[in-house]
Amino acid sequence: MSAQTKALGKKPGGLSDKASDVVLVVLSVVVMLLVAYPLYYILVASFSDPYDVYAGKTFLLPSQFTLDGYKAVFSDDSILIGYWNSIKYTVVGTIFSVVMIYITAYPLSNPDLPGRKFFNIFFVITMYFGGGLIPTYLVVRDTGLINTIFAMFLPGGVAVSNMIIARNYFETSIPKELKEAAEIDGASKLRIFWDIIIPLSRPIMAVMVVFSMVAYWNDWFTALIYMTGEGRAPLPLVLRNILIASETSASQASMISGGYAELNKLTESIKFGSIIVAAAPMLIIYPFVQKYFEQGFMAGAVKG
Amino acid sequence: MSNAPAAAKAKPGKTPAPAHRKPLKLRLKENWQLYLLLLIPVVITIVYKYGPMYGIQIAFRDFKASRGIWGSEWVGFEWFERFFSSPNCGRMIVNTVLISLYSLLWSFPVPIILALALNQLRFHKLKRVVQTVLYAPHFISTMIICGMLRIFLSPSGGLLNLLLGTSIDFINQSSLFRTIYIASGIWQEAGWGTIIYLATLSSVDTALYEAAKVDGASVFQRILHIDLPALVPMAVLQLILSASNLMNVGFEKIYLLQTDLNKPVSDTIAVYVYEQGILGAEYSYSTAIGLFNTAVNIVLLIIVSRIAKKASDVQFV
Repeated sequence: MSAQTKALGKKPGGLSDKASDVVLVVLSVVVMLLVAYPLYYILVASFSDPYDVYAGKTFLLPSQFTLDGYKAVFSDDSILIGYWNSIKYTVVGTIFSVVMIYITAYPLSNPDLPGRKFFNIFFVITMYFGGGLIPTYLVVRDTGLINTIFAMFLPGGVAVSNMIIARNYFETSIPKELKEAAEIDGASKLRIFWDIIIPLSRPIMAVMVVFSMVAYWNDWFTALIYMTGEGRAPLPLVLRNILIASETSASQASMISGGYAELNKLTESIKFGSIIVAAAPMLIIYPFVQKYFEQGFMAGAVKG
Repeated sequence: MSNAPAAAKAKPGKTPAPAHRKPLKLRLKENWQLYLLLLIPVVITIVYKYGPMYGIQIAFRDFKASRGIWGSEWVGFEWFERFFSSPNCGRMIVNTVLISLYSLLWSFPVPIILALALNQLRFHKLKRVVQTVLYAPHFISTMIICGMLRIFLSPSGGLLNLLLGTSIDFINQSSLFRTIYIASGIWQEAGWGTIIYLATLSSVDTALYEAAKVDGASVFQRILHIDLPALVPMAVLQLILSASNLMNVGFEKIYLLQTDLNKPVSDTIAVYVYEQGILGAEYSYSTAIGLFNTAVNIVLLIIVSRIAKKASDVQFV
């Protein structure tokens, strides 16, 4: 595809094609800047004196370069505990999710599995209908998951839309002949899963891992409902007090000897720093699997 | 399952019928390991997905934890009546429907337009960089997005006020709430939304472009007559998928952006369900409101999919 488009470009395109190239480039660059600038602005602000930020001196570059915001972030106990909780929930949740997606998608990708259609519908229904907040809460509570790490991922069950993407990938992108040859050699279904499906589906696994990681890293609603105990909140939920309620935590307050103005300044600079610290891990990771996104969606889209 | 029709359309005449149907007993025996794999997901789904569906009946009972679901008294539609006679009921329903419909209307076309433009961008390095940047906000937590919004929209030294030279308290303006909600939603998700369309466009036969070029079609004409028609089935599918979630989206952002002053427009059913159910422990009442919300969603879904079906010849389950 790309070679062909390039070849097209080399032909004498005529004025209208050149003109439209210019329009397209300008349009995409403008859109790109619109999306990037708010993030860039926060990044710059995180290295600046907050008063200069609010005075409009940091549109492009930091003013009075400082790391105070980050120092405050990393010496705030509640943020550190939140960070550690987020890491735990993300790692365990991602492993759970990807395993669930795989052990559901593989059987359902087998065309001669009796009851395949039933199981498909069984899972897909949960995409469209649910019990709602309270009935789910009651089940989670009655099964004793409140304030345990399991509450963060078990109630989510199988991520059905991701499972469908994986299932379609197994069906369309892994050569049937390989599975058949293995079966003729007497390999069991589990052996095929382990020796053929898993090694040959690396791209889709990468996508599933990233999708799950992002979902768990950014989730705070689940924790808002189920993780009400002291010291169990993940990072985004901890940041709610700082970003939304603009509260100053006790540990911040105790660090400050310079009075109200200093405290106020710190409250502001910790906002910028904590946004960067919370958003950075996922923003660093996703470009590495970006090329697989389209592939994954393609496999998922072409054959529903 | 849900996208099955798109498949049927993409590959007409595809009949899966395997000729070699072995007897059922043999197939069951051959596949026992697959059932073993399915066991865990099925059990978890029954407990945590179907269990709550069964629990919806507490919307019609006066649920007392000590008595369990079956022991709790049957009260019919009492909770629904209570909701409909509560003072803010009308406001909440209107707000929920308006936020959902407006954000669907505004957010739906943007990724399509972006994808059409990006697809025709011939500078591949630039295209890749633009894509990477456009995807970025999707990977950020709603909490962080709302924190950023509050910083940008702050009346004292917020970015938007600095740029405009004003000091407007944007977040507390009822009239601006939906605009803020929808615009930030587009900023966050429009780029990510292009993926599915770009993937669809990558399967367009390049011979069509060649032919169009020979006929002297401009880039705009090629977009209009080749790319756009290729996207219609996927666009309709996406529209219906988002309609199926119409009334559920937005709790997080509305909850985080809500202030006492913007409540006339930000007061929505989802927030009320949370407040009554989790904060107030009014389990039956909250479940009833949630059920009502779902019912409205199903009606909207049917309306949207009817319209979408009429507007295109794609079939849906």
